Amino acid sequence: MQMEIEAAGDRLTARIKGELDHHSAAQARAQLDALLTDERIRELRIDLRGLTFMDSSGLGVILGRYRVIAGRGGRVLIGGANRAIDRILRMAGIYTLAEHMDI
Amino acid sequence: MVSNEMSITFPALSRNEAFARSVAAAFMVQLDPTIEELTDVRTAISEAVTNAIIHGYSQKGGTVRMDCSIDGDVFTATITDKGRGIADIEQAMQPFFTSAPDLERSGMGFCVMQAFMDSVDVKSTPGEGTKVTMTKRIGLVRADG
Repeated sequence: MQMEIEAAGDRLTARIKGELDHHSAAQARAQLDALLTDERIRELRIDLRGLTFMDSSGLGVILGRYRVIAGRGGRVLIGGANRAIDRILRMAGIYTLAEHMDI
Repeated sequence: MVSNEMSITFPALSRNEAFARSVAAAFMVQLDPTIEELTDVRTAISEAVTNAIIHGYSQKGGTVRMDCSIDGDVFTATITDKGRGIADIEQAMQPFFTSAPDLERSGMGFCVMQAFMDSVDVKSTPGEGTKVTMTKRIGLVRADG
């Protein structure tokens, strides 16, 4: 798993690539949380176009960050998930919390 | 009827999650699966192995065993741990139920296994361990299409 995070004003864009499982979830969580401590951040955009594999450990990472952002009145957008990852996101109702973005 | 089987054991370390799902996929290639079928199996194996590491062994280590077999066009994988076991399997399989919310576990592992495989059978004895057996018929899509 590799992640590029770009900060612009109150928005963070995270491009997650490779494989996100329980092993790599700790690193993904740490990288995102280091930047989310900035209280000004109100929007998190998660770009999954480069993510080739994700299991339910990825749901925990996304839901945990959603709680932080939603707790301060912000929003999370997710896009670019492949077929299998999209199925897992839908199964957990992620798109009822985060907004789907076309990318 | 072609049949084949393989078994591996490995320490309950999170870095072996990717190893286990890659081995299962490599074994399954002889059934000539689609990329989608391979992804489905890799995802389900990853869930079962992660459960063994996090829940079975409470992240304190142990040995995880994976048995894979092919019987005709049916792929079967069994993931076994000798960890703490599951007292209430029905509850553990409920969507969003997790015994480890502090670890940001989503509680969707068994649901993902059930969605991506044809069958998921869980046998567990508290204090002795858990055995998860999953099957998937490969080639259904092409046979129907």
